[in-house]
Amino acid sequence: VDERERLARRRAALEARARIVRAARAWFEAEGFLEVETPARVRAPGQEIHLDAVPAGPGGDGSARWLVTSPEYHMKRLLGAGFERIVQIGKAWRAGEVGPHHQPEFLIAEWYRAGAPLSTIADDCETLVQIAARVGGGAPPTLDLQGRFDRTTVRELVRLHAGFELEGDETVQALAAKATAAGVDVSGRAAWDDVFFQVWLDRVEPQLGQGRPTFVFDWPAPLGALARRRTDDPRLVERFELYANGLELANAFGELTDADEQRARFEAESVTRARLGKAVYDIDEQLLAALPHLTPTSGVALGVDRLVMLVLGLRDIREVVAFTDDEV
Amino acid sequence: MYDTSDIRKGLKIMLDGAPYTVIEFQFVKPGKGAAFTRTKMKNLLSGGVIERNLRSGDKLEPANVETKTMQYLYKEAESFVFMDTTSYDQVSIPDATIGDSKDFMPENINVEVLFFNDRAVGVTLPNFIEQAITETEPGFKGDTSTGASKPAKIGTGAQINVPLFINVGDVVKIDTRTGEYLERLSRA
Repeated sequence: VDERERLARRRAALEARARIVRAARAWFEAEGFLEVETPARVRAPGQEIHLDAVPAGPGGDGSARWLVTSPEYHMKRLLGAGFERIVQIGKAWRAGEVGPHHQPEFLIAEWYRAGAPLSTIADDCETLVQIAARVGGGAPPTLDLQGRFDRTTVRELVRLHAGFELEGDETVQALAAKATAAGVDVSGRAAWDDVFFQVWLDRVEPQLGQGRPTFVFDWPAPLGALARRRTDDPRLVERFELYANGLELANAFGELTDADEQRARFEAESVTRARLGKAVYDIDEQLLAALPHLTPTSGVALGVDRLVMLVLGLRDIREVVAFTDDEV
Repeated sequence: MYDTSDIRKGLKIMLDGAPYTVIEFQFVKPGKGAAFTRTKMKNLLSGGVIERNLRSGDKLEPANVETKTMQYLYKEAESFVFMDTTSYDQVSIPDATIGDSKDFMPENINVEVLFFNDRAVGVTLPNFIEQAITETEPGFKGDTSTGASKPAKIGTGAQINVPLFINVGDVVKIDTRTGEYLERLSRA
């Protein structure tokens, strides 16, 4: 397709996208957030096992640099220095992610509220989706945004759609046995998260958030990443994901501030990454040093491209960016 | 062996002992988990469609299938005889494999024959065929209104529904996927 024609076709979506980003910024400012910019090229791009960073050459000191997979670590360093409400709307990069909901370079809105519970962050997401729908030109008929979004939990969804009780601290063998008994084929899945996500994709996710956005709270501890455990049930962490019309829109944590537990998780992730033959990144010592200074904080990363897709009723992320990775 | 990065529309793979072709696929990455490929596949023997969520890195066995364009020559007692249009080799395919395709498979038509492990396992007809009507009630002159229909037999012996104005000897166009009459191409 001719580029001029393609871009002309995308123009309406790009205009809506600009209005949505502008309205989001205005809302954050009205809520008392400070908009910050943290480095795109970092030494520790995010340790999570299934995220791969894009290499970004050596830094001034010769150390390896990577493009951020999210601005989380530096933003937490700001939180540790007493910044209380911060937001960043900027690019993040994840190598190898291409599909109708993925581009290797995408726009992330990430914000933190010191002293706030996770439910406040969910309220923020609700407000932003509604603002985006309004300035985007009204929600599509396939999306009902009236009233509060549905709120449920991972355990509840697994019980409902897969028919078994998820504890969160069962061994991978026990989890695989429950999944198999429920009729999910988990052969070849050796890791706890792989068994879990096979169940999730086969049974739960297709049913999730269709027509109405849904918050999924209380993730099992093995999927904790940077979230703190629930004090009343340490098998679960304070984390939610927001789903709407098949899109995974946002991921939020009640932030882990225990530097020892965070270090242990980073080290375990490094071991796993090395075993899988993936790049092993430096552990961000400044982040670990900052964590004990955080008050109980909640934060979230929301995919802006997907937010635009959602409220415009578009099925492919290519329709909401001017140039995709293969159009560069 | 293939892996998930080889998945494309039309890729032919083995699953639970049967050959499948990929009809749809999507890269997904659920909740900070590993990358998966949501894959919709059609069983090439039964036509049944299934969905599988394959984790990135899963290995897939290629299916030994190929399609050849072949001309249907004639019927034998319990099989149909076809000829490869490039090599002129002939093969017999049992009635059971042809199934209902016979209804819209006139002699000399070219079809796609699917081979699995070098055995013919199915035929795909062209989407449309032209057939003369061999039997039907006399047509009502001038009645070209839509809606009302009557049974009619075509050259292959199959029965279809046609509009009331169709006569024996008329040539009609038929959709082989639905068995529906589409239009009259010429009058008797």
